[in-house]
Amino acid sequence: MSPLTRKLLRDLWRMKGQALAIALVIATGVMMTVMMTGLVESLSETRRAYYERYRLADIVAPVVRAPDRLAEAAARIDGVAAVQTRITGGALIDMPGRAVPIQAQALSLPDRGAARLNDIHLTAGQGLARAGDDDILLLQSFATAWGLGPGDTLSVTMNGARRELTVVGLAQSPEFLFTAAPGEMIADDSRYGVFWMRHGALAAVQDQQGAFNQVLVGLTRDADAEAVKDALDRLLDPYGATGAHGRDGQFSDIVITQEIAGLRSTAASVPPIFLAVAAFLLNIVVGRLVQAEREEIGLMKAFGYTDTEVSLHYLRLVLAIAVIGAALGCLFGIYAGYGMTDLYLKFFKFPFLVFRLDPASFVIGVGASILAASAGGMLVLRRVFALAPAEAMRPPAPADYSRTGRVGQAVLNLVDQPTRMVIRRLTRQPVRMAGSVIGIACGMALSSAMLTIFAAFDVTIENGFAVADRSHALVGFNRAVSEDTILALKRRPGVMRAEPMRQVPVILSNGRHEHRGAITGLPEGATLIRALSAELAEIEMRRDGLIVSQVLADKLHLAPGDTLRVDVREGRQPVLDLPVAAVATGFSGTPVYMELEALNRALDEPGRVSAAALLVDGAQAEALYAWLKDQPAVAGVAIKNEMRAALERMMDEGAGQTRFILGALAFVLTFGIVYNTARIALAERGRDLASLRVIGFTRGEAAYVLLGELAVVTLVAVPLGAALGHGVTQLLAAAYSSELYVIPALFAPAAQGQAALVVLSAALASGLLVKRDLDRADLVETLKTRE
Amino acid sequence: MGAIAYTTRGLTKVYGDGHTAVHALRGVDLQVPEGEVVVLLGPSGSGKSTLLNILGGLDRPTEGTARFRDTELTGLNDRQLTRYRRDHIGFVFQFYNLMPSLTARENVELVTEIARDPLDPGAALDLVGLGARMDHFPAQLSGGEQQRVAIARAVAKQPDVLFCDEPTGALDSQTGRDVLAVLQRLNQSLGTTVMIVTHAASTAGMADRVIRFADGRITSDARNATKLDAAEIHW
Ligand SMILES: Nc1ncnc2c1ncn2[C@@H]1O[C@H](COP(=O)(O)OP(=O)(O)OP(=O)(O)O)[C@@H](O)[C@H]1O
Ligand SMILES: [Mg+2]
Repeated sequence: MSPLTRKLLRDLWRMKGQALAIALVIATGVMMTVMMTGLVESLSETRRAYYERYRLADIVAPVVRAPDRLAEAAARIDGVAAVQTRITGGALIDMPGRAVPIQAQALSLPDRGAARLNDIHLTAGQGLARAGDDDILLLQSFATAWGLGPGDTLSVTMNGARRELTVVGLAQSPEFLFTAAPGEMIADDSRYGVFWMRHGALAAVQDQQGAFNQVLVGLTRDADAEAVKDALDRLLDPYGATGAHGRDGQFSDIVITQEIAGLRSTAASVPPIFLAVAAFLLNIVVGRLVQAEREEIGLMKAFGYTDTEVSLHYLRLVLAIAVIGAALGCLFGIYAGYGMTDLYLKFFKFPFLVFRLDPASFVIGVGASILAASAGGMLVLRRVFALAPAEAMRPPAPADYSRTGRVGQAVLNLVDQPTRMVIRRLTRQPVRMAGSVIGIACGMALSSAMLTIFAAFDVTIENGFAVADRSHALVGFNRAVSEDTILALKRRPGVMRAEPMRQVPVILSNGRHEHRGAITGLPEGATLIRALSAELAEIEMRRDGLIVSQVLADKLHLAPGDTLRVDVREGRQPVLDLPVAAVATGFSGTPVYMELEALNRALDEPGRVSAAALLVDGAQAEALYAWLKDQPAVAGVAIKNEMRAALERMMDEGAGQTRFILGALAFVLTFGIVYNTARIALAERGRDLASLRVIGFTRGEAAYVLLGELAVVTLVAVPLGAALGHGVTQLLAAAYSSELYVIPALFAPAAQGQAALVVLSAALASGLLVKRDLDRADLVETLKTRE
Repeated sequence: MGAIAYTTRGLTKVYGDGHTAVHALRGVDLQVPEGEVVVLLGPSGSGKSTLLNILGGLDRPTEGTARFRDTELTGLNDRQLTRYRRDHIGFVFQFYNLMPSLTARENVELVTEIARDPLDPGAALDLVGLGARMDHFPAQLSGGEQQRVAIARAVAKQPDVLFCDEPTGALDSQTGRDVLAVLQRLNQSLGTTVMIVTHAASTAGMADRVIRFADGRITSDARNATKLDAAEIHW
């Protein structure tokens, strides 16, 4: 081994604490790159394979009732590779011991042979080939949630009639990677059921003999999806088509697409922060090393080592740290990736999900850390080049403090000598001090932003579930019913208040921007479900226009006063042009509101409602729900507390864990920076401090000179970090917000306080570690060594 | 005496400018033949180290020229100067300048590694009587021992020219004699040109030639009629 390599190893060992801290910061960045790009790769690749193997339809076109012969016409459309017609229908599953029935969807499978599109993956029991009319396949995740299996029976209400169905097998489907009750955005395996029946059997139940109510279409490779959708719409229009949509109109796919997009943007935005901080730290550490080894550099040059050879020595040090960090990061990344994969499997019901390592992510991770590290080192290496070899011949010059006179003498006169030493040091290297302040502020900003986002989730849940929606339960009807139903509901014991609602499926468009959703009609003066302004003030329902949620207004580029084209996909299917009257803040989903009567008038269906919001007397709730369960018109009852619990569980478990991990990483960052700052202060001042001790200063006084600087840097960094954190919060809030839920960029003093605590405790911990070293230092030894 | 190693003409070195300017060298004309042992004497601050730095390719003159064999040193760029030091020059510094993080042997290896025809590092340390302390770090050696390591390091590459800036300053007389004997042996066996800066006038006894410096100028340049053996020097 060459002597320079040995020097390198010994240098590394001597500064192992710092090297490790920096390597950890790098490792964190690389870990996130490897883990997240790996997850993106795994999720998208598994999804692709799953969709392909089970032939998930590219386009779905719902109709009211269309004759079977239309399937052939659909197959002849240019660009269509495969067609599968089927029947779907709502169902209520009555689980023993549960007051409200569970909403479910019944789907048909061909009587003979496998489904050409949207096939299922049988996980237990047998298929429907030899099944009877009352035999079903049940969605695996729902069965697991309720402890059901082949042989069990379910009491199900479909089309107003109750029947006992026998589970003969369990299945998974690419259509239901993620399930939630209709109108809810919350993952919940237990509150939404899916089951499959033989086509003939379901046709009999749904009065669809010789007909279908959904067409699934697979496209050829070069098909024009829009053209196919238009052709399908034209073909099916006479049969009550509500508009064909692609996978982007399919709830399960939307959720997973958004998750992948979120991962991708986090993978692109957060790791660079870590690498930038690592570059900065390396710059300081190597800068300080080069400063201290001035003579050795001169000496090597005097012996005939070239500038490049000498620089390379220091560059290798930087690279060693970068490579150690990157290697650790890759290992952590693989480990975390496997962990996250297990977690994702709880939410996304893939039959298989293998954590795939994207080789590119290693290359990118390692490459980026080496680049960042070199960038940090490179600036210093200029100084190595500039150093004259004759430097080695001279005795070390005392550090030049002559240019610190800018601090007013008046100020200096007020303080004691140790404090003067602190002040002089702070003002002597303003750039480095600023760097440390900014670095710590970045760490604090990340922490505070993460914690603020936690708080924002809670606020979203609170606002969405308690402020905007004050109901206890939502009753959905099979079809638009007369408002007398509300009066009947109001008279039921246990109902303290009942307010009507009407939900109408629509396609909203503004120029080329389009959104498929629903308009919610609410009566004037509604008290249970309300539209709120950004300041949480109630917005009155309007007869003359729509109240559009902020997310949707952004998506469709709308402002109050604009006109929105509303293509109603129900009843007479009118196309209306309605003005946007106001923009409401949204918490989850993308609601659009309108005054109920005005909506009904526009649809030419006066006095109709499709749902009711209830306030329920807790003591009589059980009886009320039991009664509702037996009402044929009731499609489902959603109990708010259950939704809320499910949402909170989801936040804590899945997304929540990711965010918690990010918070912990921010701690690593802060600690890395503060510890390095402290170590360097000790290295640079070890001799001065030993001299102080020789003169007769106590340990505490010496430590004060050392740590005073650190304290000032930290205290300046905290308010800056709070401000930066607010900025990062806005970026994160925008990144995490989606059409599913909206995360506000709020200012959370508690989160800022906790982040400040994180920074201060990291500072305290590193201060103590360094003070321990200071106390241990051998005075004679320290004084004997140069610098 | 055959070829000339160094020729300087009007060598001048000024540090700084204006009224704070320090004239370290004020026009030095000098010729050093190959294989000569030259001792430089003179009061502190008279410019001895500065001259050595310029001849050794560590520094450049403000004015004047310095030639090594056929090469004009003042005409070399940084890369060529580095090459020149690497191929021809050995240094022993006034301050020992060992790498604190390398052992004695490794400090020697630092130089032998890039030399064309080096001695074995162990043998070089044996020469200065430190064969047994090879694996000690500088912090574990006394000042004199450190200086001997520095000499072993300079000698090990078997340079054409050896510059020694106060090589015996920190040594007792016996060790000093041993060190000088090493230098002398190198000169005699390999014909190495040796330039020694010293405050110990008695060292002059072993030189072919003694140059006295004062205030950046040569004040006397004398040839020794008889050269003493290093072992006979007293101080
Ligand atoms: N980098 C520098 N900047 C300014 N002045 C310098 C510098 N290096 C040397 N000098 C000055 O040049 C003069 C000659 O210095 P030099 O080191 O050559 O003296 P010296 O003869 O070797 O002295 P000593 O015996 O004390 O080592 C001195 O006055 C010194 O202060
Ligand atoms: Mg000198």
